[in-house]
Amino acid sequence: MNKVKKFFLSMVALLLCVCYLFPIYIVLVNSFKDRSELYENILSLPSSFSLQYFAEAMKKMFFLKAFSNSLIVTLISIFFIIILSSMTGWMIMRVNNKLSKIIFMTLVATMLIPFQTLMMPLMQEMGWIRDNLHVPMIDTLGGLIYMNIGFGASMAVFLYHGFVKSIPVSLEEAATIDGCTKMGVFWKIVFPMLKPTTVTVIILDVIWMWNDYLLPSLMLSSASNRTIPLSTASFFGQFTIQWNLAMAGLTLTIIPVIIFYLMAQKYIIKGVAAGAVK
Amino acid sequence: MVLDFEQYRQMKGAYIKMKKAKNAGWYTLFTLPLLFIFTTVVIIPFFIGIGYSFFSWDGLPLNPKIFVGLDNYVKLFADMKFINSTVHTVTFTLLAIVLINIFGLSFALIVTTKLKVRNIARTMLFMPYLIGGLILGYIWKFILGDAFAMIGEQTGLTGIFFNWLLNPHSALIALVVVTTWQMAGYIMIIYITGIQAIPEEVVEAASVDGAGFWQTLFRVKFPLIMPSFTICLFMTLSSCFKIFDVNLSLTKGGPYNSTEMFAMNIYNEIFSRNNYGYGQAKAIVFLVIVAAITMVQVTITKKKEVEM
Repeated sequence: MNKVKKFFLSMVALLLCVCYLFPIYIVLVNSFKDRSELYENILSLPSSFSLQYFAEAMKKMFFLKAFSNSLIVTLISIFFIIILSSMTGWMIMRVNNKLSKIIFMTLVATMLIPFQTLMMPLMQEMGWIRDNLHVPMIDTLGGLIYMNIGFGASMAVFLYHGFVKSIPVSLEEAATIDGCTKMGVFWKIVFPMLKPTTVTVIILDVIWMWNDYLLPSLMLSSASNRTIPLSTASFFGQFTIQWNLAMAGLTLTIIPVIIFYLMAQKYIIKGVAAGAVK
Repeated sequence: MVLDFEQYRQMKGAYIKMKKAKNAGWYTLFTLPLLFIFTTVVIIPFFIGIGYSFFSWDGLPLNPKIFVGLDNYVKLFADMKFINSTVHTVTFTLLAIVLINIFGLSFALIVTTKLKVRNIARTMLFMPYLIGGLILGYIWKFILGDAFAMIGEQTGLTGIFFNWLLNPHSALIALVVVTTWQMAGYIMIIYITGIQAIPEEVVEAASVDGAGFWQTLFRVKFPLIMPSFTICLFMTLSSCFKIFDVNLSLTKGGPYNSTEMFAMNIYNEIFSRNNYGYGQAKAIVFLVIVAAITMVQVTITKKKEVEM
């Protein structure tokens, strides 16, 4: 291929990508415009870059509260998923008996179940637990975290289980002979080696939980518990007529995701590929 | 101390017993916490759910649950709303699978060329996947709705630029477009892994033998990335079939229920029309269909893979 042709092809490819992200451009420019300017021309750049609508959207969405709720739920759920799933995945791989096989098969099989099949009975069960055992599972971030751990378990155990298969047992045996307990062997020797899978699990679970709407919408009812998708949904429901304000709200919700993406891009693309090609 | 043989055996037996008990203790400690949570969140609701599907109940705790046997399941076949939502879901899924895979594969081919812009291109094309379905739906609701209508008024090109969300057919297409926009970058990543696994020599050998661009593509590359096709078809099929978030934020099932997909129909049956038992029966059927397609597809496409 000669240089001219290569340059031409590069430009075409780049142009295609820019067109592909055009919707994001539209959201961005219109979040700076006032209503009349928006209706005049949707595609043009704004005449002034005032942050007035962002401030207004931020206040009306309770953005900071929602952001911190989302952060709490995502971080704590993932923390527990990683600890508990890596332990389970390792144990059922190393102790290769019938029980382990049953546990593994059950976890894998349930990955097929769509959430809609579980949502109503899950709500009933959690309601029952709240009423009879007095554990506040509904409308608390703790309850949501608990359920996230349950739903994230099978995927994470599956990934850890597969990875443990590829690391030799000899290191663990040597450590056991040296007097290490199972806990010691796992945390000092095995867990550090599981790092690639841990990164994959973190990436996949961040994408899932940060954007999850249906489960939180069923479990959280008070405004102060809303996560980002919930507050966006309720905000968007109220302000569909004021498109500029709605666009400012959407920009606010997109920006953290884009920052996270640009910072951790390498890991995200690797993690997503690893999660899909299982 | 000198042990006789009998004593030695007893001690060894006790030691093994102790070790077994200890190992069982570790096993429990490592697996039980997760399995407990998993059981309460997934397994128990699954079985309660099957139970609910045999009852007629409106969801109010004080009202009686009436056992109706298989009535809920029989009723499904005469429920026009459910049948329509099946038709919509199947149409939507087929269109979306084709578009997502065409776009995803094309993107992957662009990104795996030797062009310098390939990394920037990959970054940009993957971005929509990270913005959640709900937010995506809202972005496009503005663009395909009011924005398109306004552009149409201003330019006079009303053939393309009208409010897509007000017409049943175009609303379904809108849903396909948005889902494609979301998923294509994701599918691209999987195809990239497949394409990069093709050995350099094979492609070179093909070009030495005089194969052109298209011939190399169809005769050499495609057969070799069959495993990627399997994964991509499987992923797009199951995620399109289960679509909910984009459906909710973009069209809410409208206009006139013309874009009410499976998952949304179940949601509405339970939480809007308060038919808890009947809705749960639908959810069980939904599960059976999802499981069946997944199994069938994995078996079929596994056979077609080329052995290297």
